Amino acid sequence: MTATTSAPSARKRGERSPLASVALHATLIAASVIAVFPVLWVLLTSLKPAKDAISTDFVKDPTLENYRYLVESTSFFTWFGNSVLVAGVTTVLGVFIAATTGYAVSRFKFPGMRPLMWTLLVTQMFPMAILIVPLYNLMGQLGLLNQPLGLIITYLTIAVPFCAWMMKGFFDTIPVEIDESGRVDGLNPFGTFWRLILPLARPGLAVTAFYSFITAWGEVAYASAFMVGDDNLTLAGGLQTFVTQYTANWGPMTAASVLIAIPAAIFFVFAQRHLVAGMTAGATKG
Amino acid sequence: MAVHTSRTAAQAAGDGTDVARGRGRGGLKRALATHWYAWAMVAPVVLVLGVIIGWPLVRGVYLSLTDANERNVARTIGANTIEASYSFVGLDNYTAVLSDPVFWQRLVWTVLWTVVCVSVTFTLGLALANMLNRNFRGRAFYRMALILPWAVPGFVSVFAWRFLFNRDNGILNKVLEGGGIGAIPWLDDPTWAKLSVITVNVWLGVPFMMVALLGGLQSIPGELYEAAEMDGASAWQRFRHITLPGLRAVSMTVILLSTIWTFNMFPVIFLLTRGGPGDSTEILVTQAFREAFVSSPRDFAGSATWGVLILALLMIFALVYRRSLRKQGEVW
Repeated sequence: MTATTSAPSARKRGERSPLASVALHATLIAASVIAVFPVLWVLLTSLKPAKDAISTDFVKDPTLENYRYLVESTSFFTWFGNSVLVAGVTTVLGVFIAATTGYAVSRFKFPGMRPLMWTLLVTQMFPMAILIVPLYNLMGQLGLLNQPLGLIITYLTIAVPFCAWMMKGFFDTIPVEIDESGRVDGLNPFGTFWRLILPLARPGLAVTAFYSFITAWGEVAYASAFMVGDDNLTLAGGLQTFVTQYTANWGPMTAASVLIAIPAAIFFVFAQRHLVAGMTAGATKG
Repeated sequence: MAVHTSRTAAQAAGDGTDVARGRGRGGLKRALATHWYAWAMVAPVVLVLGVIIGWPLVRGVYLSLTDANERNVARTIGANTIEASYSFVGLDNYTAVLSDPVFWQRLVWTVLWTVVCVSVTFTLGLALANMLNRNFRGRAFYRMALILPWAVPGFVSVFAWRFLFNRDNGILNKVLEGGGIGAIPWLDDPTWAKLSVITVNVWLGVPFMMVALLGGLQSIPGELYEAAEMDGASAWQRFRHITLPGLRAVSMTVILLSTIWTFNMFPVIFLLTRGGPGDSTEILVTQAFREAFVSSPRDFAGSATWGVLILALLMIFALVYRRSLRKQGEVW
């Protein structure tokens, strides 16, 4: 980079010497390989015959054997269904409950607003360790252990504060003039929210929904503690059954990993730009 | 940005006046008339917070003051319902935990784990964000590749790493063997296991840092760099005096978030090492989980005590962090 300043006439700003270019690309290639390799390796292993799971060849007798095993001999699709159910309902409820709150704290100044914002922020940093025991006992008494409903209620403790916070960030980006025009046209605040703001916030809602879905989809602690028995597990619990202290069924494990990761990754690529904006904006403007 | 729900100018001065007015005669009624729809809008969330977070929280604190374990809590066995028979023991659990060296060992390792993870993740994220913030061919490709670890659900990645780290059959050791180096006990030796869990957590955390900081970099006006360059500022000076100050706000946020996430990072430790070998990688949250769900008999009161202590530590951290920001003039 110093070359740029020493010879300003030869090179414009932002241009690099060939050496700097090579270094840049080399670093980025190395970083990309580290980022991609574990994921790629799992994908490649899932396509090898199960007995060759530990082979170091990149490709060896490509086959769908592991996937067939997964479908025919494990409860993978039951787990998958459980996860979709739990994460889906959590997301819908979370977004639904939190939408109005995000709007209210974004637009209005009212007594109790600051404590509420603080509570929303603080509950997001609650370690699961503080709630897990009381919730476990509560679910036990209500007969909700091993029930999707128990896990859904539990996940709402994560989803609701998070959704409200994210949506506040998105509502903040919608100009207040739109609210005002609604009021001029005689809409009450609920009407303004429902007819004008919510349709505009649709991308934000989608991202919030997606992110709470992924959070519930990937949650491990509650799922491991509350759900036992092959038919009740969610994916996070199910994947643990392949690799225990005593057995290592790498073949099916990698195949299951691929099937879990692909849908999440595809959606993620589309959502991530908005995601960071929403999270950091919500936190800095608070 | 906020529109005041109040209609009078006096109330626009802030919440303080509202509260003062609320105490006066008829003030409550007026406050209700002015703010009822704001309150109605937040009601569902307040209700949820109270019922499924507030109540369990209070209950958790209460449990930490009892001797509850799996043998004496209320439970149903078949058709029989057994009443709870645990009793109040005051602060005994806290004295027990705090006077036990185990707690302090876990705390030291948890703090070390958090500090190392966050600082390494931040440094790498910042370096990569700076590289990606330039114009060159293949930028979009690199960005996509570097973001991949974030796109895969965490527990899947952890299993992928367990597969790579496997002592006898993992690819890492096989490659080392090919290079004539003996197998490394990635997850079976206390020191290596610590390094391994940190590596995996950094690998998981860098994409978020990078994307967040890249967003921050792109919001710094290019004219600042041009002006600095005309004044003869070196690359390092530009980085030091334009880039870093420009990234302050976003850095503060991501460091806070990342610290809290790492401190509470259950899945990486639990799925990679289960806190082992022995208990060498056990952090505070996995220890709390172990007390209630792994050890036998399940010690609910002990776990709740750990939970309360973890929460207290995080609260202190957040307050100190916030105060230090205030001092430096940040309005967060």
